[in-house]
Amino acid sequence: MPGYDDIGEKIKIRFPEALLYEQPTRDEFPTFWISKDYIVPVLGFLKNEAGLQFKFLYDLTAIDEQARTNRQGQPESRFTIVYHLLSFSGNRFLRLKVGLTEEQPSIPTITTVWSSANWYEREVYDMFGVNFEGHPHLSRILMPRYWEGHPLQKQHPARATEMGQFKLPEAQMLEQQDILQFKPEEWGLSAHSKDNEDFMFLNLGPQHPGTHGILRLILQMDGESIVNIVPDIGFHHRGAEKMGERQSWHTYIPYTDRVEYLSGVLNNLPYVMAVEKMGGIDIPDRAKVIRIMLGELFRISSHLVWYGTFAQDLGMMTPVFLTFYDREKLFGIIEAICGDRMHPNWFRIGGVAQDLPEGWEELVRDFVKYLPPRLKEYDKMVMKNRIFKARTVGIGVYNTEEAIDWGVTGPGLRATGLEWDFRKKQPYSGYDQFEFEVPVAANGDCYDRAWIHVEEMRQSIRIIEQCLNNMPAGDYKSHHPLTTPADKKRTMYDIETLINHFVNVTWGPVIPANEGFCCVESSKGNNGYYLVSDGSTTSYRTRIRTPSFPHVQFVPHYSKGYTIADLMAILGSVDFVLSDIDR
Amino acid sequence: MNEIWVHILIIVCVLLGTVTIAAGLIYVERKMLAVWQQRLGPNRVGPFGILQVVADMIKIFFKEDWIPSFVDKKVFIIAPTIIMLSILMSFSIVPFAPGWVVADMNVGLLFFLAMSSLGAYTIILAGWASNNKYSLLGGVRGAAQMISYEVFMGLSLMGVVLQAGSFNLTEIVNAQKGMWFVIPQFVGFVIFLIAGVAETHRLPFDLPEAESELVAGYHSEYSGMKFGMFFVGEYLGITLVSSLITVLFFGGWLGPSFLPPIIWFLVKMFAFILFFILLRATLPRPRYDQLMSYGWKLLLPLALLNVLVTGAIVLSTN
Repeated sequence: MPGYDDIGEKIKIRFPEALLYEQPTRDEFPTFWISKDYIVPVLGFLKNEAGLQFKFLYDLTAIDEQARTNRQGQPESRFTIVYHLLSFSGNRFLRLKVGLTEEQPSIPTITTVWSSANWYEREVYDMFGVNFEGHPHLSRILMPRYWEGHPLQKQHPARATEMGQFKLPEAQMLEQQDILQFKPEEWGLSAHSKDNEDFMFLNLGPQHPGTHGILRLILQMDGESIVNIVPDIGFHHRGAEKMGERQSWHTYIPYTDRVEYLSGVLNNLPYVMAVEKMGGIDIPDRAKVIRIMLGELFRISSHLVWYGTFAQDLGMMTPVFLTFYDREKLFGIIEAICGDRMHPNWFRIGGVAQDLPEGWEELVRDFVKYLPPRLKEYDKMVMKNRIFKARTVGIGVYNTEEAIDWGVTGPGLRATGLEWDFRKKQPYSGYDQFEFEVPVAANGDCYDRAWIHVEEMRQSIRIIEQCLNNMPAGDYKSHHPLTTPADKKRTMYDIETLINHFVNVTWGPVIPANEGFCCVESSKGNNGYYLVSDGSTTSYRTRIRTPSFPHVQFVPHYSKGYTIADLMAILGSVDFVLSDIDR
Repeated sequence: MNEIWVHILIIVCVLLGTVTIAAGLIYVERKMLAVWQQRLGPNRVGPFGILQVVADMIKIFFKEDWIPSFVDKKVFIIAPTIIMLSILMSFSIVPFAPGWVVADMNVGLLFFLAMSSLGAYTIILAGWASNNKYSLLGGVRGAAQMISYEVFMGLSLMGVVLQAGSFNLTEIVNAQKGMWFVIPQFVGFVIFLIAGVAETHRLPFDLPEAESELVAGYHSEYSGMKFGMFFVGEYLGITLVSSLITVLFFGGWLGPSFLPPIIWFLVKMFAFILFFILLRATLPRPRYDQLMSYGWKLLLPLALLNVLVTGAIVLSTN
């Protein structure tokens, strides 16, 4: 596309001193090192310049560079802040990096450019200890406030055994409990209204039937209507990114399953594809189609859970049992293929773990026939129900512009009228070979978000049908030496494969020093993995960009003025999973 | 002397009968919901899981009866008893069969309305005494809901009273010998049915305890037998509303003579109980303000219109 190939030139013309270095990367994203003093104006320029329009802050993260050996000519840096931008008009990504050389790093905030940067910067502060000058509320977000150290710094221990014996004397416990208490003044919330009436602060969660997990929302309420919301996340934080630096490239795959535990292999996919990009591995067609088929099955599975629980949030008892029944059927197929149900851990670097079992066609064909009539039944029961409509139409409305400003992807973005599905726009794993439509709504309310989910299940069925009828023959694994584990059959005939097999299952594969990024359209939005290799058996930095994180950050913005009952409808329609927020 | 014994026998029968039915409904509801939800439901205790009721009751009785330290203790204890009392008192005016009535009052219907108003206190007091924000919200919702729906509940019954010319339930049943009141009073029936669901605060009108919003609303802090009273009270409420619908609109014990009157009564009553359970399985919950505006803006004018038209017809035919 014209205008996007010379972004570096454009920056240079506008800000002659800003551009420090253009880094070549394996994922072939343009990657520019920008001087710290220019980062805010450069980002503003990229966002608003007519020919570029990088309207979307896709991700903001950091890398602790202190243990890096292969710098490959990158500018001097102790901490590197990484900005991923996405341009909808140009349909491409851009990566900006800022090197910070101080031991007490500090950089200007970009919350003035993007609202969604707020939580991302808090996360970088929490994990790396980078200060963001001018941030409206820079405090820890995932770790408890009394935590010492910053977990993603290299010197921070990764295992509990490295941290000495755990002790919690009573005095310390009381102190920690006191820190967890919500104090409205800290968040700039007033305890009284203008008419000097008291507001009620309602602590919704971390244990609450309506939040689908351990999410804590603190509601400032005037009667039953919501004045403000302060989300408190991090209860489900398991350090998935830190574990990426400890596990080998291969043994990290099962951890990805659990990042968004409803979508199973849809988490494996961006991870293995990112590794494959870095290793330069080509995947045989059969493996690609198997990946798509399993991915779509899991999309349906995740949406079925969403369907039932959303209806339950609105007080309907029955749909949840019916959709879970369907999901059980679906898990039957997953189990037959993968051997596990929710966390199949099935994709491998270079393909999938094994070939499809005998008789899989029957199972999938039965399901493809079984589901559509059921979906029709649910339409009658849920989507066409008058009370359901009264509860969802016109509730929780936002427009495309707000959605982009706050980092919304997936069904939540398409509900506002923007047709943006990464399977169509940036086809990966061979999605361009499939016929399906991208459902788009117009109003951006809870009902539209629900409608999109329902339509997506129908489209997924279509894709699965095409996989079923056109499954290519051939290998399910690549012959590339980095494929892990290498094809076992060939090891008996071929010394090279035997060596690769031995090395890759003992040490794990060694991925060349570089960086790679890959993202997919997951069930809840865009899920991406940004990996940095230092040329060893483990990742130097694993960044997981999950959709639920910005989605939940956005909730308070458009929930004000509604009641608690509406908030439940909004939370349900957002379709988040706590593990996906906290990682 | 003999008459007194008969009377006491009726009282004991009604008391035991209604409480047993209410407890049995726990099983019926769980089993029926399971059938409608593609599940098996209780099937472990006894044949077809029938003894589940016994197991549930034993569990409720033997659970620790815990009173949180922050509650208003006296009110906290009194609140659950009110619902049991007021509903059991209401049963005294229901004629199950000719002569099978505890108190054949000539203001029977008014007595029922008075008792159901008292029921509102349970929710308000339980919500207030629990000293919990969720309970309070549930209590406030419950109070508003019950008081509003009582208005149309009373008004919806006035058509029946006008046609029968009496507040006495036995006479109302006898007045339906020619035709059940559900036909001339169809509007009244529908309004009473809706108000009845709201009075028993069951799905879709379970806003005072809306699980996904308020955890368990006004009874969040209750456990053990105190919770059991709310639990059984709810089923007693369903039984009461179902039997009143039977009496007021479906000719009570009247029916072809191949079955005794009491069986006719029970058949009709259970049909409505099942309808209540089916409602719960099917419908989502409206929002609080939607429920209120639905009541005041639609049901109230309809109920008034019904009284007006019925009154005019009764006046002109006399």
